[in-house]
Amino acid sequence: MAVLVFVERAEGKVKKTSIEAVAYARAMGGPVTAIALGAFEKSELEDLGKFGAAKILHVADDRLNEGVIQAYTSVLAQAMKDEQADILVLANSSLGTPVAARLAARINASLASNVISLPDTASGFVVRRSIYTGKAFVDVNLTHPKKVIAIRKNAAEAKEVGGKGQITAYKGEYKESDFAVKILSSEVATGDVLLPEANIVVSGGRGMKGPENWPILETLAKTLNAATGCSKPVSDMGWRPHYEHVGQTGVKVAPQLYIAVGISGAIQHLAGVNSSKCIVVINKDPEAPFFKAADYGIVGDAFEIIPKLTQAIKEAK
Amino acid sequence: MKILVCITHVPDTTSKINFKDNNTRFDTTGVQFIIGPYDDYALARAVELKESTGSTLTVLNVGLADTEPTIRKALAIGADDAIRVNAEPVDSFFVASQIAEQAKAGGYDLILMGRESIDYNSGVVHGIVGEMLGIPSVSPVMKLDIEGSRAKVTCEIEGGKEFLEVNLPFVAGCQEPIAEWRIPNMRGIMSARSKPLKVVEAKPVESGIKLQKFELPPPKGAVKMIPAEDVGQLVTLLKSEAKVL
Ligand SMILES: Cc1cc2nc3c(=O)[nH]c(=O)nc-3n(C[C@H](O)[C@H](O)[C@H](O)COP(=O)(O)OP(=O)(O)OC[C@H]3O[C@@H](n4cnc5c(N)ncnc54)[C@H](O)[C@@H]3O)c2cc1C
Ligand SMILES: Nc1ncnc2c1ncn2[C@@H]1O[C@H](COP(=O)(O)O)[C@@H](O)[C@H]1O
Repeated sequence: MAVLVFVERAEGKVKKTSIEAVAYARAMGGPVTAIALGAFEKSELEDLGKFGAAKILHVADDRLNEGVIQAYTSVLAQAMKDEQADILVLANSSLGTPVAARLAARINASLASNVISLPDTASGFVVRRSIYTGKAFVDVNLTHPKKVIAIRKNAAEAKEVGGKGQITAYKGEYKESDFAVKILSSEVATGDVLLPEANIVVSGGRGMKGPENWPILETLAKTLNAATGCSKPVSDMGWRPHYEHVGQTGVKVAPQLYIAVGISGAIQHLAGVNSSKCIVVINKDPEAPFFKAADYGIVGDAFEIIPKLTQAIKEAK
Repeated sequence: MKILVCITHVPDTTSKINFKDNNTRFDTTGVQFIIGPYDDYALARAVELKESTGSTLTVLNVGLADTEPTIRKALAIGADDAIRVNAEPVDSFFVASQIAEQAKAGGYDLILMGRESIDYNSGVVHGIVGEMLGIPSVSPVMKLDIEGSRAKVTCEIEGGKEFLEVNLPFVAGCQEPIAEWRIPNMRGIMSARSKPLKVVEAKPVESGIKLQKFELPPPKGAVKMIPAEDVGQLVTLLKSEAKVL
């Protein structure tokens, strides 16, 4: 079972979730080849060897520096053929998920996204997916010989298992029509920890009273190397950018630690955070429903507690 | 312009999820069904486009007869007519195959969907349909403007946005703030009753996925409350007990 892993980058680095995808593939037991499209640092790619990709195909093609979904699909379909790989693994993302969808349709593969477990191959090829926005799981058997698997964060642990990987230059093949979608420009926050990648998330709700009060949350987030998130009304009112909105209709996060400040814990918000390993809730209302979904809770005023918490974390370091 | 909007019929966002028949089927007891919230955004934008460009607007659902009230609601919100492909939506590939079949027959210029369904959360049907039809797919779309045969699209990416341009026809998975959700008014509800709802049989498709079983997450343990005067204790517990710091 040769496995190909599609790796993405963010801010010039291989994404953490892509490294988890390599680790996932490696844990399946067969040989693992990674494929990277566009500009990457050589050392970044070699490091994928440590997580189990013995070979790394690098398509150093400037036309692929941006995430052109159809062109990426073409290159990956060809690479699976050339590498005789039956399985492609990638991390769910705004680029990865649509690429997985188109690729599966093109090569007639079984497709599963939002996958949270390694395959159980005792009888078939069964993976567990998160459904109903984190409220349930489903086990599905992927019955086609070819499979495309999009994993959610934390589906596999990125453990170092080997040395440097071998980089091979690979020529990506695509059609002109694959560039039908023109990427004019993009706006991306730099320097911040990306919400879907973060191990710790600090989120604020309407209880924060206004955008001018966010610095105390941002300081806490910086101290923890965390990403910042928010509830829907907070992004609806323009206090915070939309990409920080967590929940049913926003980003679904699965960090080690989720700290919710001044968020009541409406079921639609919980839907986006219930896969977190540990949840801390800070709210001045002891009856706030979020406490029922929390591991640890503090009843109190956020404006008093947050600076104290930041201080305590600094002291404990 | 001819617009197609694909809608799901899904449990209300406040529903408690339960399964029956040995965890192989969703238990609909006491569950309210709604148009998928993301599909609702797609529909709202489609109604705006219909009004501003004089387009026709068809809604499509792959589902059994119990989805018809949800389809009627979409008609009440402003779609002209509807198609129901009479089959259980067993997996993304099956659903996408049915949508692609209808889309080919209808010759739509724009196919709008939700960014994801809130039951299966796959986020893949738009991509598969795009591939099957050989046209582009974009998602999640936050802004969509049509200028003649070209569209300007803003998509959300991790930590920001991407600004795109694409020719019709294409498929888009939509999310907020593309348009404001619409609530059907009395006139819409009345007129929806007589709008055409065509039921077609599904084409046979070989599925690559077999459902084994559903499972609910284990119940959450009780919350540990920490006095507001002692945040230091929280830090200690996060380190030594939860082991997340
Ligand atoms: C279809 C649908 C989809 C939705 N999707 C989402 C979604 O994806 N994400 C989402 O978040 N919401 C979503 N919502 C909205 C959701 O129902 C809630 O309205 C929303 O989550 C409430 O946000 P909040 O907790 O910030 O505000 P509120 O409910 O107003 O809560 C504010 C909280 O702050 C506390 N507070 C006030 N002052 C302080 C203080 N000084 N210190 C500490 N605590 C304080 C209050 O006690 C209160 O609990 C959705 C709703 C619908 C209908
Ligand atoms: N059974 C269905 N009938 C019509 N459209 C659907 C169906 N299932 C999914 N879709 C569309 O595809 C989008 C993405 O769904 P999914 O890939 O399941 O997350 C949804 O938001 C709908 O617009």
